[in-house]
Amino acid sequence: MFSRKWVAAAAAGALLLAGQALAADKKVVAVSIPAADHGWTAGIVYHAQAAAKEINAAFPDVEVVVKTSPSAADQVSALEDLSASRKLDALVILPYTSEELTQPVKAIKDMGTFITVVDRGLTDASIQDLYLAGDNIAVGTNTAKFMIDKLGGKGDLVVLRGIPTVIDDERIKGFEDTIKGTGLKVLDIQYAHWNSDEAFKLMQDYLAKYPHIDAVWANDDDMLLGVLEAVKQSGRTDIKLALGGNGMKDIVKKVIDGDAMTPVETPYPPSMIKTAIYMTVANLIGQAPVRGTVKLDAPLITQANAKEYYFPDSPF
Amino acid sequence: MTALTSSTPARTERQYHVSWADAGPFLALVALLVIGFLVNPDFLSATNLGNVVTRSAYVAIIAVGATFVISSGGLDLSVGSMVAFIAGITIMFMNMMAPSLGLWAIPAGMAMAVAAGLLCGLANGLIVTVGRIEPFIATLGTMGIFRALITYMTNGGTIPIDRSLREAYRPVYFGTLAGIPVPILISAVVASIGAFVLYKTKYGRKCAAVGANEDVARYSGISVIKTRTIAFVIQGVCVAVAAICYVPRLGAATPTTGVLWELQVITAVVIGGTALRGGKGHIWGTVAGAVILELIANLMVLSDFVSEYLVAAVQGVIIIIAMLVQRFSK
Repeated sequence: MFSRKWVAAAAAGALLLAGQALAADKKVVAVSIPAADHGWTAGIVYHAQAAAKEINAAFPDVEVVVKTSPSAADQVSALEDLSASRKLDALVILPYTSEELTQPVKAIKDMGTFITVVDRGLTDASIQDLYLAGDNIAVGTNTAKFMIDKLGGKGDLVVLRGIPTVIDDERIKGFEDTIKGTGLKVLDIQYAHWNSDEAFKLMQDYLAKYPHIDAVWANDDDMLLGVLEAVKQSGRTDIKLALGGNGMKDIVKKVIDGDAMTPVETPYPPSMIKTAIYMTVANLIGQAPVRGTVKLDAPLITQANAKEYYFPDSPF
Repeated sequence: MTALTSSTPARTERQYHVSWADAGPFLALVALLVIGFLVNPDFLSATNLGNVVTRSAYVAIIAVGATFVISSGGLDLSVGSMVAFIAGITIMFMNMMAPSLGLWAIPAGMAMAVAAGLLCGLANGLIVTVGRIEPFIATLGTMGIFRALITYMTNGGTIPIDRSLREAYRPVYFGTLAGIPVPILISAVVASIGAFVLYKTKYGRKCAAVGANEDVARYSGISVIKTRTIAFVIQGVCVAVAAICYVPRLGAATPTTGVLWELQVITAVVIGGTALRGGKGHIWGTVAGAVILELIANLMVLSDFVSEYLVAAVQGVIIIIAMLVQRFSK
């Protein structure tokens, strides 16, 4: 009995070792991202996994490993786990917070790993080999430009902002700076925490408070869903535009369908994680130089180009 | 103890004796309405008040259940996550049934919601009573479980309701009956049943007795385990009713549905005059508390005094003042 068990154990061990040896020939790309806790991060997870699947199928000697973490502390542990068992050739990370993740990422960098940082920067920019992000200021700017154009340079607006963070501040700043000096006037601006229910309530209150509103800007699509429901309920016809931002599939679908109230959308697309993973692998495999900073623009999504930003299978 | 002494002389109740503790939340409500009108006359418009009372319905319905749990000496932190979880299950079930049942999928889904609420409440109740775990910790645990389940079911995104059901289901939130929005009617019915059970039945007395003093209740031959478990089941069913009203509003459940509602619910119960340590519950006070909370939020937007950065602070101050006024007016 005992001897048989030992043989089995030895066989299993040998298999494991063989597996290790095989895996060692592969170039390992670890992807560390936040767990899906709302629409946008759900999109990040979806696109990261899609990229991993595509690349693993296309390049047999590359292995992309995706690891999601529900908090900054968990992400630090995840980095330790990922790097403890094997050498990472590259790390693609969307850090939860800049401060807490900077040192752990530096530790991995010191082992000779190529570091790609996505969306949120680390406090020490010298750690990253590649930095890729969207442009939150452009989200505000491009939305504002469209509104100015569409409303003929004047009108009364209400704005719903998200959670007090840099992302929210930048979007609002881009918007406010652009409409400065035009006839567009922001009647009111309040936080709705990127939450549909809160946005629904806030929009009801805006509608009760202001007898005339020309346009609404919710700086995120989750909020826009609540806004549209409140406008629909009120039966008001003075609202000409209700715009969002981020590139949620439901809203992009509206753009494709030529919706009158929401004819355009500005992306801050979660698919940027896919761009980052592909670029990192290009550097690893194709010897294509990618070091530097890439800033994805937030071009207006219109009926003409909406297909490019439409992912019907994504949860976001 | 106060609950027992105040509920023994049945004669005083028949004389419609009104104490300050009962009237407090309603006075606060009237005061808020007056202040609101002075700040912005639009505040008292039928549309605005209709909107505010309608959207306070969820918290009011859940808080009726919470009044049972709290007056029996328990606490349920899981209600916000439970709403999201039940809303998710309900939508998935309706979508699954839509091809075969057509519009009958809606009542079927509602029945499913109530069944789910009953089971969730029973689970909470049994963990607390039979498992002998502090309600705070037990429901903190289930709060995490329900939240994780809805996140898992949605992959972090949303579960939208089938398009074929959307329009037919919409009136449950947006419709009116004799000019009164449906959610208001539903919460009035739930509160009436709650008030009847809590004030007029044996079970209601047991609830207050267990909450006021567990040992005395046990020596009087009341089953503490049964009484508390039933309170959690009532809570679960109330959450299910709230979920039924919630789904048609945005037509979707997401991982951020019902976040922090548990705190609003507990606040509504306490503003309504029910002591957090247990004892006699005040159903109508609870409903007033829920409306007060929603009115305060509405008032913040309609007034121009408060910077968007300070809204939460002002809300906190108003709630504390409301409680202090009640305390000192006794």
